[in-house]
Amino acid sequence: MTEPLSNSTPGANGADRHFGFGTRAIHAGAQPDPVTGARATPIHQTTSFVFDNAEHASSLFNLQTFGNVYSRISNPTVAVFEERIASLEMAAPPWPAQA
Amino acid sequence: MLHTPDTISTLRDLLTHCRTIAVVGLSPQWHRPSYFAAKYMQAHGYRIVPVNPLVAREDGQILGETAYASVTEAAAALAAQGQKIDMVDCFRKSEDIPPLADEAVAIGAKCLWLQLGVFNEAAGLRAEAAGLRVIQNRCVKIEHARLFGGLGWMGVNTKVISAKRLRQLPY
Repeated sequence: MTEPLSNSTPGANGADRHFGFGTRAIHAGAQPDPVTGARATPIHQTTSFVFDNAEHASSLFNLQTFGNVYSRISNPTVAVFEERIASLEMAAPPWPAQA
Repeated sequence: MLHTPDTISTLRDLLTHCRTIAVVGLSPQWHRPSYFAAKYMQAHGYRIVPVNPLVAREDGQILGETAYASVTEAAAALAAQGQKIDMVDCFRKSEDIPPLADEAVAIGAKCLWLQLGVFNEAAGLRAEAAGLRVIQNRCVKIEHARLFGGLGWMGVNTKVISAKRLRQLPY
């Protein structure tokens, strides 16, 4: 693994930084896309997500790895919305209707 | 109170530099949390060293790695391969931690990590006095997923706020 450069930088003395409501309203839950560099969160208009192989599928269903299976359960665009609302409400994840 | 800062930068530093993890109480059963947490870490390039006396007694393996009866035995076996245990990750009851903390110190580990629901302030302070970083009541899999991607896909509030492009794919 390379040195992590991707996430929020620590504040003074390595303490976690606390961000205001406005910053969280814009940034929480989303970062520019690692592959394309897209600044805005892409809208993933797909119902299903492919598996690499049977082992990958079983790991996903057994919670041994993270990933998407079916958009009613999880979808990358909806996940950004969920995390953003959770951050703004300082709460556990909400579960918006995805049907 | 433990002195190891419970911050994103400390956790990120530990998970970046501790590449070999002895998992004490690692179950061979696929549905147990210790098993899927270790499998996740293994899939992300960490070497998992199972410590499970029952499995070790039958010369068994877990996740394709030889199981050892104790942290000390695991460290000796790894030394023979020219490797070192960086982190001792404990899936044990809080009252079972003191001897494990002493073993972690004795083998020269960098970190003693107590899983969710496991606390032992006295043992933790002893390990910290010997120079180890000590984390308690956290899960290595959750923290890795939270800080290096993956958990955000579940809509969980990771508390990571950044406008920088990710440098690695989050899986």
